[in-house]
Amino acid sequence: MSLDTLKFSDLDALYDEENALVATSMYEDPDLFAEEMEKIFKNTWVWVAHESEFPDKGSFKLSNVGLEPVIVVRDRKGVIHCMVNRCRHRAATVCEVKKGKTSSFQCPYHGWGYGLDGSLRALPYPEQYGDDFNKEQHGLLKLRTEAYNGMVFATFKEDIEPLEEFLGPAVCRYIDLFMKQGGGFPVKVLGEHQFSVPMNWKVQLENTTDAYHFPIVHKSFMQTLDGATEEMFDFLDKGRGWVEDLGNGHSIMMMIPELEDLDADLDQPIPERFEELAAEIRAEGYPEDQVKKIVRAVGGAGFNLNLFPNVSFSLAFFRVLTPINVEKTDIRHIAIGMDGGPDAANQMRLRLHEHFQGPMGFGSPDDAEVWERVQRGTKGGETLPILVNRGLVDEEPGPTGPRGHISAETGMRAAYKMWKRMMSK
Amino acid sequence: MTEMSKIDTRALLADVTEFIWAEGAMLDAKEYDAWLELWTEDGLYIMPMGAGDDYKNQLNLCYDNAKMRRDRIGRFQRGFSISSAPPAETVRTLSRFRIEAAEGDLITVSCAEHLVEDKFGRQRIWAGNALYTLKVTDGGFKLHGKIVRLLNSDGMLNSFSYLF
Ligand code: FES
Ligand SMILES: [Fe+2]
Repeated sequence: MSLDTLKFSDLDALYDEENALVATSMYEDPDLFAEEMEKIFKNTWVWVAHESEFPDKGSFKLSNVGLEPVIVVRDRKGVIHCMVNRCRHRAATVCEVKKGKTSSFQCPYHGWGYGLDGSLRALPYPEQYGDDFNKEQHGLLKLRTEAYNGMVFATFKEDIEPLEEFLGPAVCRYIDLFMKQGGGFPVKVLGEHQFSVPMNWKVQLENTTDAYHFPIVHKSFMQTLDGATEEMFDFLDKGRGWVEDLGNGHSIMMMIPELEDLDADLDQPIPERFEELAAEIRAEGYPEDQVKKIVRAVGGAGFNLNLFPNVSFSLAFFRVLTPINVEKTDIRHIAIGMDGGPDAANQMRLRLHEHFQGPMGFGSPDDAEVWERVQRGTKGGETLPILVNRGLVDEEPGPTGPRGHISAETGMRAAYKMWKRMMSK
Repeated sequence: MTEMSKIDTRALLADVTEFIWAEGAMLDAKEYDAWLELWTEDGLYIMPMGAGDDYKNQLNLCYDNAKMRRDRIGRFQRGFSISSAPPAETVRTLSRFRIEAAEGDLITVSCAEHLVEDKFGRQRIWAGNALYTLKVTDGGFKLHGKIVRLLNSDGMLNSFSYLF
């Protein structure tokens, strides 16, 4: 054990905080990856679901906390539970349905039956376990589970601070602002794109807070936008946005400051590209102020809120990473819409999501390509550092933490600082 | 609806197969301008996810009308998209053709599609069920609908720099 620990004792060599340099082995070392799965993913709040994905009593979805497969479920009283998908008898998964509704989980191997709260309810022929077999000791392994504004997180660390404390007031404020794209309706998950990329998970962690790549990697996406939208996405040239360290590895990348609060300036005229949609919603009988609110919400928020270690609230969708191995990471781009909102509004959100996201989007495949290129590039020049020092020169203290230019790597530095803090424990 | 029994299905099957094979060859050769020409203006090219068929109200991999098809091809061709410059090479086979319906000037054909892609010296294999809606015109068939549902379409995939 002590030998293993020694190997990673030189955290300063892995991440040089002062100069913001990352060692190449950070993307490549399988032992380091194993250590990260223990020290990070088993010791913090990890995003597992949005409440709308399992809305009813008895509905559940499968998810992951680091490498561990979990079930997130709502019991008969509406309480959310998260538990490891592993039978306490001889380890078979008790559920292989990605999403659904049930009254219990029954292991297919020898029939041990578990309640929605993970407790062991019944097992066939219990006599052979003797009288002192304690069912209460044989429930599914449970994680602490808490939610904030619909986002459900779970943790293996029993004594961790409450979720809201871990997020902090600045993050919670941005979550609330992000959820305004429900347009007055609850936010609802409409579907998700999933793709696997041969890259280390931290390549993805960096990317969600990287505005610098946008005009380069997403040029071909920008070229398919109308003038006004293209102008809006031109946040690098305009340079009015910022990136700020929000503590605990979280960060905000404010790309379009006028869309920080979707409820602000609602009396502005509806942009041309949304006029058709507005007419459709009007025709359904919505009053004008609600039409404006819904239409504004359809376009999404103006920022990426990046939460350490695995979820980003990205403009108009959730982006979730799941580490698979040191050189493989699964990505989910979760489309969201308005629960009970006008069909036309949700249809437009779906089409906008398809336009950029997922395996066939005009954006994601180019992201995936460059992420893979990073992983391929690190096969050479092992001793060269990876630079995350962009924008250090003109970074200033913000309300919560260091704040830099919109293209600064401030958010990556926030994440690596937290990485180091957790790895040193 | 024309009753299937009254159609010379053999001859029709040969005709639609020839058309679909030619379309597949075009996509492998990345002759995208010619491919765009195959379409009716109001045709839809859809790659759905999961079992659902309410494509308009569900999340798909793509849901392309004429404008999205043109934009997609433009993205492939202009050279600014790093994932499609260069794109993966593909070889596909289409088989197990079956005429599902013939209604007015529309013929619906189902088939199986297998595709192998190669990029960075790495090959990946994809399989899907395709459903074509062909429109009979004086100039031959036109693509009016094409729905390709990949195996594991709502599971973990990789990004695509080509069309199915
Ligand atoms: S492994 Fe689950 S009942 Fe035996
Ligand atoms: Fe990107």
